[in-house]
Amino acid sequence: MFQTSRRAALALTVAMLAATSAQAQQRVLRYYADFDPAPLAAFEAAIAEFEAANPDIDVQLQNFDHEGYKTAIRNFLTADAPDLANWYAGNRMLPFVESGQFMDVTDVWEANGLNESLASAAASMEIDGKKWGVPYTYYQWGIYYNKSVYDQVGATVPATWDEFVANCEKFAAAGIDCITTGTKALWPGAGIFDYLNLRTNGYEHHMQLTGGEIPWTDDTVRATFAEWAKVQPYITANHAAIDWQDAAALLVQGKAANYVMGNFAVAVFKEGGMTDETLGFMPFPTINPDVPRAEEAPTDTIHIPAGATNVDDAKKFLAFIATADVQTKLNEALGQLPINKDSTVGDDPFIKAGFELLSTTPGGIAQFFDRDAPAEMAKIGMEGFQQFMVQPDQLDAILERLEQARQRIYQ
Amino acid sequence: MTRAALPNARAEAPPRSWWRANQQRLTPWLFLAPGLFMFGLYVIWPIADSFWLSFFDWDGLGEKRWIGWGNYQELRTDPAFYTSLKNNVIWLALYLLAVPAGLMIAIFLNQTVFGIRLYKSLFFFPFVISQVVVGLMFSWFYAPNFGLFYQLIEWITGRGVAVLADPDLVTYGIIAAGLWPQIAYVMILYLTGLNNVSPDQVEAARLDGARGWRMLWYVILPQLRPATFIAVVVTVIGALRSFDLVSIMTDGGPFGSSRVLSFYMFEQALSEYGFRMGYGAAIAVVLFLIMMVFISGFIWKMVRDEREGY
Repeated sequence: MFQTSRRAALALTVAMLAATSAQAQQRVLRYYADFDPAPLAAFEAAIAEFEAANPDIDVQLQNFDHEGYKTAIRNFLTADAPDLANWYAGNRMLPFVESGQFMDVTDVWEANGLNESLASAAASMEIDGKKWGVPYTYYQWGIYYNKSVYDQVGATVPATWDEFVANCEKFAAAGIDCITTGTKALWPGAGIFDYLNLRTNGYEHHMQLTGGEIPWTDDTVRATFAEWAKVQPYITANHAAIDWQDAAALLVQGKAANYVMGNFAVAVFKEGGMTDETLGFMPFPTINPDVPRAEEAPTDTIHIPAGATNVDDAKKFLAFIATADVQTKLNEALGQLPINKDSTVGDDPFIKAGFELLSTTPGGIAQFFDRDAPAEMAKIGMEGFQQFMVQPDQLDAILERLEQARQRIYQ
Repeated sequence: MTRAALPNARAEAPPRSWWRANQQRLTPWLFLAPGLFMFGLYVIWPIADSFWLSFFDWDGLGEKRWIGWGNYQELRTDPAFYTSLKNNVIWLALYLLAVPAGLMIAIFLNQTVFGIRLYKSLFFFPFVISQVVVGLMFSWFYAPNFGLFYQLIEWITGRGVAVLADPDLVTYGIIAAGLWPQIAYVMILYLTGLNNVSPDQVEAARLDGARGWRMLWYVILPQLRPATFIAVVVTVIGALRSFDLVSIMTDGGPFGSSRVLSFYMFEQALSEYGFRMGYGAAIAVVLFLIMMVFISGFIWKMVRDEREGY
């Protein structure tokens, strides 16, 4: 009896020794992410490549549900931090930077020349003069339109806002919604506002507005809403009750002509049966010709939490993700745009259009209303936009409410 | 055993240990201790903590900042708070319709015909499905363009009404969805109550010439008092904690016009754009106080009934 238990203990010790030596051979890199199925496959391929190049590192990817991740990250950053975590650029990462949950990775940027290769997204990764993560993809916003509907009413693709509004009258006469959107989840409405303001007042103004430096009751903001009011009657009624995918269905069915959306919607349009022949993309038309064209391109990023245990390997992984080759492959699978300037883009016409659009933007690249403005302001603002599209006569009350919120939130 | 122990203890008189002297008084508390501990840990302490938290400005990550009554002062001028409060009142008032409606259905189903069990289960069915499913079904029912309700209205009036996109109708639309399972629940409470209605009294009343409404009002309803009490309690509490339907059907929209207090609290404290823990806690405290009014009322009634020996 005594002997067997001693033998068992010996076996256990040996087993434990073996286990620790196996761990010593391979360092574990824990990575928490929120990928949809297609991006997940792309990232698994990239991780396999990284592990092949670094056989001593074992990347353990833990994938979360996209919406659940937004809440989960707050818990795991403080309680059980991984070595790498997905998040977003701009003001969206500010709470984590300010509370010291993200690690400064300026050294990764400098050591790998990322300031040049990732230059287009550098500004959105910087807070207090330091870099807080590495971007791996972004995508353009703009107007997606149904070409057959344009042919049906004899409208031409507009370059200016006046032409766009004139088209809307033609569509209305044919019983087609000129602009469709689904604001049940609020954010699609913010895309319309962002572009109207970027075209009316420009990038600097937009950044100051989302940064809380310009009052919402200002005349410049009213000018933006005045442009919005011109198309308000032509926006899909009941948009407040439908999801953005339902609105995409309206465009596919030819019940709507234009949709201010991000490039991720192309997949939905095509699932609905549209092809490169029937689906068109145009930049948001010019409103004020004196304002340099600015665009919107939300950037997705990877960060190192402050509580990471394997910082060296995490930095190695960030440098790997930033390389031109990896970003090319990743974004080909994602159907989005790489940030590294030496990457190439696929043959897809919408990706090409987006690449062209963003790489020639003179004005500046905004993230998106809910990433540029602090979360609380974003919520109240987007509710205001939704309300304006339903009750345009309430504009004064809406702006007054937003202004009160601004004074409280940015103090 | 006690009877044997007590005279013994008295006989041995002076040297009684403290434990022995107080055994009778302490034992109930000892038996209650595990329950009290759990109740304290999971109920009392979180309530106290919410009160405490409502005096801070805290995003859940950084430093807590003491702001005293700041959150409550903000609530006082917050239009979204008043919208939520107003909607809660509407919920409370309309949700109580489930009680008479459930009673009517219960009386209607309280007959012996072939297959009545099947009909009863069919009527009870809405309560069995999850609230999330109810919410989804009703949002499709109301959905613009393809929803059954929308098309029905369009067919009748020529113009469809998207209930969930209309700030004035949305709360009523959600309450209608909530009433569907709630009526079934109340119905089942009354059906069991009707089983216990004494046939002798009904017989006697019938001999005295009571029929229809008078029979219901003076003979049946008084016997259903316990069922009515439970039905009102669960309905009031159900109305005040309404959250899932709002979250599923509209997410509080359009522009916040279907919010209720519990949803607003969640939005401020835990949702994607929220993380104002202190403000959320302040809303929770207000909701708690409103609930306390009703709960104390119910408890007071229960205690009174017990004393009177119902």
